[in-house]
Amino acid sequence: MNINLTLVGETIMFAMFVWFCMKFIWPPLVEAMAARKKSIEDGLQAAERGKEEHAQAQKNAGELLASTKNQAADIIANADKQANVMIDNAKGAASEEADKIKAHAKAELDQEIVKARNELKGQVSTLVMQGVNSVLEKEVDAKTHKDMLSKLSKSL
Amino acid sequence: MASGELTSGAYIKHHLQNLTYGKFPDGHWGFAENAIEAKEMGFMAFHVDTLGFSFILGALFLFLFAQAAKRASIDAPSGFQNFVESVIDFIDENVRGSFNGKNPLVAPLALTTFIWIMLMNTMDLVPVDWLPVLAQKIGAGIFGIDPHHVFLKVVPTTDPNMTFGMSIGIFLLILYYSVREKGLGSFIGELTLHPFGKWMLPANLFLEGVNLLAKPVSLALRLFGNMYAGEMIFILIALLPFWIQWSLSLPWAIFHILIVLLQAFIFMTLVVVYMDMAHQKEH
Repeated sequence: MNINLTLVGETIMFAMFVWFCMKFIWPPLVEAMAARKKSIEDGLQAAERGKEEHAQAQKNAGELLASTKNQAADIIANADKQANVMIDNAKGAASEEADKIKAHAKAELDQEIVKARNELKGQVSTLVMQGVNSVLEKEVDAKTHKDMLSKLSKSL
Repeated sequence: MASGELTSGAYIKHHLQNLTYGKFPDGHWGFAENAIEAKEMGFMAFHVDTLGFSFILGALFLFLFAQAAKRASIDAPSGFQNFVESVIDFIDENVRGSFNGKNPLVAPLALTTFIWIMLMNTMDLVPVDWLPVLAQKIGAGIFGIDPHHVFLKVVPTTDPNMTFGMSIGIFLLILYYSVREKGLGSFIGELTLHPFGKWMLPANLFLEGVNLLAKPVSLALRLFGNMYAGEMIFILIALLPFWIQWSLSLPWAIFHILIVLLQAFIFMTLVVVYMDMAHQKEH
């Protein structure tokens, strides 16, 4: 229980220990802990941000999907309309074409008819002439009668 | 109980005597063989056991914590690393709570005082006879010394040299930081102009002086008194017949765990508070 040099020794020892602790133990530990704390905080923040971004992206995707749907519907409607117009146009053109073809055919037919009739007329007059020839034989002046007959056939 | 030929009084005295190495009155240095010789050495003596145990425990603390500091990284800690970091966290929280200044010394100071004192107090939980008897066997067997002349006090904090040694260190820090932070004039003003104003200067100086000196004295005596009393009760229990000792020493040891931690914590907290007072600019 005597107070002696131990007192001084312990004071020096205490100072040395505190110095060592301050130099080599406290700073690295506290720094590592602070760095860990920061990295955890950053991680949590990043996760939070990611979650927000995800929600935002989902919202954007929904909006995009809706607008795309609308656009698609518009496009379909437009296409329908256009198709109808085209069908109508085609219908008009086709009926025009058909009319044209019909008119052409009719004209051709008329021509044929006229031609056939003319031929028939010729043939009829020839036939008549032959018939009359054979009936009358002699008394006929072929030339005069032919003229008469051809006049006749023309008036037919 | 050491041996049958010892009286209770001698046993207790033997347990309370430090292993002292010092200068005999005739001038030569050596180990004191009894309490009277140790007393005659006066101030020129060392308590080898106090110095040895406190050094071993302090070095153990620093070694273990330095290992942890070396391995400290941003990755998840495990095992002992975890324990060290929770201690650091605990100290850091306490220092942040009661120390408002800025000083990189205070937190390591608090850590060192807390762990060191706790380890030294924990030596109280080693059964009182183990280490002293071991020392006697070694002293008698290897060095051929009379076992009655081999003393060993294993708890450094039951030696007032130890507790006062620490508190004097703290006191010097209080003075140093008071002068550095407040300025010498302001510090002297604080000691002389409060609480009664400048016309009562001697009374102020007396009150503030007592206040200042009471800090290291109360720190040292509180720790010493608690640990000394605890040690004394363990020694008294050890005087009982061996088959009944456990029924008293066990509850006392369990209760003593609380005192071990509490005294270390109180010492640390007061050190932080005193440091804070030394850093306060305005009174």
